Amino acid sequence: MLKKIKNMTDSNLLLTITIVVFFLMYIGAIVFQGKGFLKPQTFFNILNTNAALIILSCGLSLVMITGGIDISVGGMTALVSMCCAVYLDYKGGNVVVSMLIALAIGLGFGLVQGSLVAFLDIQPFIVTLAGMFFARGMTTIVNTNPFNVENAAFKALKETRILIPGMGSINKKGVYVPAYVEIGVVVALIIVILMFIMLKWTKLGRSFYAVGGNKQSALMLGINVKMTKFYSHIICSMLGGIGGYVYFLHVGSGAATHAQGAEMNAIASSIIGGTMLTGGVGNIIGTFFGVLSLSTIQNIVASAGLDQAWWTGITIASMLCLFLVVQSIVMARKKSSIKK
Amino acid sequence: MKDNAVLELHNIHKSFPGVKALQGVDFSLCKGEIHALMGENGAGKSTLIKVLTGVYTKDEGEIYLDGHDGAVSIKSPQDAQHAGIATVYQEITLCPNLSVAENMYIGRSDEVIQNWAKMNAGAAKMLESLDIPAKPTQQLGSCSIAVQQMVAIARAVDMDCKVLILDEPTSSLDDQEVQKLFKLMRDLKARGVGIIFVTHFLDQVYEVCDKITVLRDGKLVGEYEIKDLPRVQLVSKMLGKELDDLSDIKSDDSASVLEDGSTPVFEFENLSSVAGIKPFDFNIRKGEVNGFTGLLGSGRSECVRAIFGADKVLTGTVKKDGKAIKIQKPIDAMKNGIGYLPEDRKVDGIIGDLSVRENIILALQVMKGFFKPFTKAEQYAFADEYIKALSIKTASADTPIKSLSGGNQQKVILARWLLTHPDYLILDEPTRGIDVGTKVDIQKLVLKLASEGMSITFISSETDEMLRTCSRMIVMRDRKVVGELKGDDLNQTKIMSTIAGGEA
Amino acid sequence: MSTKTKRSASDIFGSILRNQITIPLAALLLLLIFNFVADPGFFKISLGMNSAGNPVLSGYLITVINMGSELAILAIGMTLVTAASGGQDISVGAAIAIAGSTILRVLCGKDSRPETLQAPIIVAFLVAVIVAMLFGAFNGVLVAVFKIQPMVATLILYTAGRSIAAWINNNELPIVSDETFAVFGGFIPGCPIPTPCFIAVACMIIIALVLKFTNLGLYAQSVGINESSSRLNGLNPVFIKWLTYVILGVCVAVAALIKTSRLSSINYSVIAKDIEMDAILAVALGGNALSGGKFNMAASIIGAFVIQLLTTTLYKFEVQSDALPAYKAVVVILLVVFSAPTVREKMSQMSKKLKAGKKEVA
Repeated sequence: MLKKIKNMTDSNLLLTITIVVFFLMYIGAIVFQGKGFLKPQTFFNILNTNAALIILSCGLSLVMITGGIDISVGGMTALVSMCCAVYLDYKGGNVVVSMLIALAIGLGFGLVQGSLVAFLDIQPFIVTLAGMFFARGMTTIVNTNPFNVENAAFKALKETRILIPGMGSINKKGVYVPAYVEIGVVVALIIVILMFIMLKWTKLGRSFYAVGGNKQSALMLGINVKMTKFYSHIICSMLGGIGGYVYFLHVGSGAATHAQGAEMNAIASSIIGGTMLTGGVGNIIGTFFGVLSLSTIQNIVASAGLDQAWWTGITIASMLCLFLVVQSIVMARKKSSIKK
Repeated sequence: MKDNAVLELHNIHKSFPGVKALQGVDFSLCKGEIHALMGENGAGKSTLIKVLTGVYTKDEGEIYLDGHDGAVSIKSPQDAQHAGIATVYQEITLCPNLSVAENMYIGRSDEVIQNWAKMNAGAAKMLESLDIPAKPTQQLGSCSIAVQQMVAIARAVDMDCKVLILDEPTSSLDDQEVQKLFKLMRDLKARGVGIIFVTHFLDQVYEVCDKITVLRDGKLVGEYEIKDLPRVQLVSKMLGKELDDLSDIKSDDSASVLEDGSTPVFEFENLSSVAGIKPFDFNIRKGEVNGFTGLLGSGRSECVRAIFGADKVLTGTVKKDGKAIKIQKPIDAMKNGIGYLPEDRKVDGIIGDLSVRENIILALQVMKGFFKPFTKAEQYAFADEYIKALSIKTASADTPIKSLSGGNQQKVILARWLLTHPDYLILDEPTRGIDVGTKVDIQKLVLKLASEGMSITFISSETDEMLRTCSRMIVMRDRKVVGELKGDDLNQTKIMSTIAGGEA
Repeated sequence: MSTKTKRSASDIFGSILRNQITIPLAALLLLLIFNFVADPGFFKISLGMNSAGNPVLSGYLITVINMGSELAILAIGMTLVTAASGGQDISVGAAIAIAGSTILRVLCGKDSRPETLQAPIIVAFLVAVIVAMLFGAFNGVLVAVFKIQPMVATLILYTAGRSIAAWINNNELPIVSDETFAVFGGFIPGCPIPTPCFIAVACMIIIALVLKFTNLGLYAQSVGINESSSRLNGLNPVFIKWLTYVILGVCVAVAALIKTSRLSSINYSVIAKDIEMDAILAVALGGNALSGGKFNMAASIIGAFVIQLLTTTLYKFEVQSDALPAYKAVVVILLVVFSAPTVREKMSQMSKKLKAGKKEVA
C-alpha cells in the first residue's frame, strides 16, 4: 500500500488527497450538520453558486502548472460584469454581443499580461497585481454605482434552469421540488472537461507541465518556453472572461465590489486541489474538487451557526496555509530523498 | 573522411574575447567506438562539445558527418539533433514532473494530439531493448539519478543518433549505477553508435573506452589507443609535463617542513558531510602549508567545505590546540580562527552588488557582531590598507566588486579573510581564472603568511603551484583520501602515480 | 573639441541618472511642475482653526505629507523585506486592520463605546506592536523557513487578515471618544503641523539610527544579493529574512495607530485598503530592485511621498477613490516594463545603434 503511494506521480498523489478530503468533509457535514447536506439540491446549489469560481480556478491551475500565477481574475470578473451590465441596460444590447464583450476583455488582459510575463520576463505576480488593480479601477470608471440588469433576454437566460431528473425532493408542504442547476454550471463542467482533455491529451497541454517542471530542461527538449507561458496567460484570462460572464449570469448585476477576493479563492482552490505553486504538478479534476471542498467548508461554517463573515476568510486562509506548508514539506522531502 | 568514421572535425578554431579556447583541434570518431575526451579545466573540452552541439558556432574549421556530403553546418541544438548528434549533459535536462515516456518523446514532433498508448508502447520497447529499469508511466522524478541519465540516453537513441556525447554523466552516480551506465554504453557501441565520453574519473576511462583524445590549453595533444597510453602517461599529457623533466622542480622558496612533534593547531577525525565524501582524518600544524590534490571532482573541495562547516557535517570530531571544539556552521569555524576562500568565486565568494569596501569588511564585521558596526572611517581604513597591501586594482573602495577583474575580485576575497587574522586559512583554487602575475603574488603571499605562523591549506588544479607552496599533500581520488605525500615523495611523478592509482 | 565637451556633459548627466535617488526626485519634481502649471493653488498653504479651536495648517501639500506618513513608514519596512527576501509582503493592509483592531480592542475593553479609555494608549499600542510582530513573524517563517515565494506566502494573511481584525472586536465597530487618542492622527493642541508627520519623522530618524548603529543594512543586502556567499561569511540568511518581516510588523503597528486615530474607529474592510500596492510602488519608484539586493532607504521614503502626491493630485482632479487603482496600475506597469532587464538591454542596443548611425551620417 505504502509502496503504491510512493510510486504515484505527484499529480495523482495530491489529487487523491484532495478527493479523499472532500468526501470526508462532505460525509462529516452530513453526520454533524444533519439532513440538509443529504438533499441533492444542497450539492447542486454549491455548484450553482460556485460555477464561476470553478472556471476561474481552471485558469489559475493552468498558469500555476506552468509555474506562474494570475491574481487579476477577480478584478476581471467585476469588470466583465460591469461592462456587460452597462451594455445590456444602458445600451439595450443583445445577449450574444455581451458575451463577446466578456471574451474580448479576457483576450485583452491575456495579450497584455501574457506578453509582459513571457516576452519581457517580468514577475507574473507584479504584472497581474497591476492587472487586478487596473480591472477594479476600470470597473468604477465604467460605472460607479451597482445596479441590477433588467434586460429581458438576459433575465430569461439567467432564470433558465436545467432540471435533473430523479434528484428532486419533497418539501415541507409535501410538494415535489425538482433538482436543478443553472446554465453556468453546464458551462463550468464543459470547461473542466475541455481543460482536462487539453492538459492530458494535447502536446500543448503537456508542454505546460514541462515548462512548469523545469524551464531550462523544457528548452533543451525543444519546447518554445516563451510561447507556452504566453498561451497559459491567454487561456487563463479568456477563462477569466468566461468565468466573469458566468458570475454575471448568476448574480445578474454589475458592481465594483463583485467577486472581491475571487482570485484568492481560486488560488486556494487550485492549491487544495493539488496544484503545486512551484509549477509542473496539478490536475483539473483536483481543482474541481478543490472548489467543492472550499465551498463545502464555507457551507459547513455557515450552517454551524458561525455565520459571521470573518469565519469564511479565516477558514479559507488556514486551509490554504495548511496545504502550502504540506506542499513545501513534501517537496523538501522528495528533494532530499532523490539526493540520497 | 576515413572509412568507418561517423564524425570528423578538422582544424576547429573558437575564440572568446581575450581567450583562444580552441586552436586547430582535429578529432575523429568511428562507428561503434567509445572515445574519451580528456583534459584539465580550461583545456577546451566543453567548448569543443558546445561547438559540436550547436551551442557555440565555430570561428573556423569543418565538421563532417557520416551520410552527409561535404561539411555540415550546425547552428543550434536543433540542427545538431537533426544531424544525429545527441547529447546527455551532466545536469539532467529532463522534466522531473513528467513520466519517463513523455520525457523521451516531448518536443520532438509537431502533432497536436498526444497519443499516450503509442508513446508508452514505443518507450517500453526502447527501455526494454536498452535494459533500463524504468516503467514508461513512472514519474521521472521518482527514478534514481542513474536511471534518469539513462532515460536521457534512451531519448537520444530513439532519435536515431549516430553520435552520442556523454558530458560527465557519472559525476553524481555511485559504483553500481556507473556499471549500469557502462553496460548501456557497450550495448550502444555494439549497435554502431559512436560515443564521446567526457569524464574526470580515470578508472572509468580505462574500463570502458577504446580511444583517448587529450586536449590541453585549447590545443590537441594527441589521439591514443587506450592500450598504448598508461595512466601515468595520460595524467602527464593532461598536465603537460613530461615525466622525466618532472622529477623535481621544487624551487628554493618552498616552505620548510615543520615536524617538531608539537600538537597540530587543528585536528579533524572521521569527518564527512552531506556532499558525499568518505570520512577522512586531517590535521595541520602552526605555520604549515598543506594541500589537497586530485583531479577535478575527486572531492578535494568537499573536504575543505566540511572543515569549514560549509556543507552540513555528518560525522567527525574537531580539536583546536588539543581541545575539542564544535564546527557546525561557517560562523563556528570563523570564531575558531578559520578562514575559507571558496572555489566558486561568483556563487560563494563575492557579493556582487556591494562595494569592494563592504566585501572586505564583511567577514570581520559578522564576527564582531550585529550591534557593533565599524564606522565609515574604520571601514575605509581597512579597505585602503588591504587594497594597498594586495595591490588591488579598483577605481575606489566604493566600486561594486562585480565590476572588477577576476584576479582583483579574488584579492578582495583574500583581503576579507586576512582582515580576520585567522590562525588557519583555507584557499580553494585561489589562482583559478586569474592572470599569471596575480597567481605569483598569491603564492608568495601564502609563503609569507606561513612564515609568520599562519597555517594554510592550499588547493590548486595546477600541481606546480602546490609543489612550490605545500610541504605536505593529501591525495584524493573518487571522493576518498588515497595517500599523503611529504618530503622526498613530493614530486610530480609520485603525485601523478598516486592520483592515477592502480598501476604505477 | 566640441565632441569632448559633449562627452563630459553626457558623463555628468549619466552619473546623475545613475544615482538612485534621482528617479523619485525627478518624479516628484515632474508632478509638482504639472500641478504648478495646472493650478498654482495647489501650493497654497493656509493657517486656520479646526473645530476644537486649535491652529492647523491646511492645503494640498500639507495633505500630501500628512496622508503620506503611514505610507512612508510602511515603505521603510517594505524596503527591508524586499532587499532581504527578494519579494514583497502584500498583507500589510490586512495586517494594519489587525493591529488597528487590536488597539481599539485594548482601549475599549468589553464595551465597544466606552466613556473613558479602558487602558492607557501606550499599552494598547505596545500590544498592537506585539500582535503585528507575531503576524510578521508568521509571514517570515513561511518565507524564510518554508521557502514559499513571499507574495504567495503573504497571500494567506492578505486573505484572512481583515476577517481576523473583525473577529478581534467581535465584528463591532468600537468608537473611542477620548480626545487624546485622536491626537496621533490629528493635531497636538497648539501645534499646527499634523501629528502623523512627527511620527513619520520619528520613524525615519529611528531607522536612520538603526542603519547607522547596527549592521541591518549590510546583512539584509548581502543576503538579498547572494545568499550562499552570505552564509559562508557566517551570516544566517533564514534569520535575517525572518527579521525583516518582523520589523515590517512594527512599521505596520505604527501605521495602524495613525490610521485608527484618524477615525477614532475602524472599518475592517476599508482601512488601509490597497496600501500594499502603494508601499510596493514606493519601493519600486525609489529605484530599488524588486528582486532584492541593494536598497536606498531615503529613495523609498521619497517614493512614498511621490505616490501620495500622485494620489492627492488625482483626487484634486476629482478622480474617484475607487478608480485610483487603475491609474496607479498603469504607473506600475510602465515602471516594471522600463526596469525589466530585457527592455533595458534592447534600449541600450537601440541607443548604441542610434549613436552609430549618427556617426555614420557625420
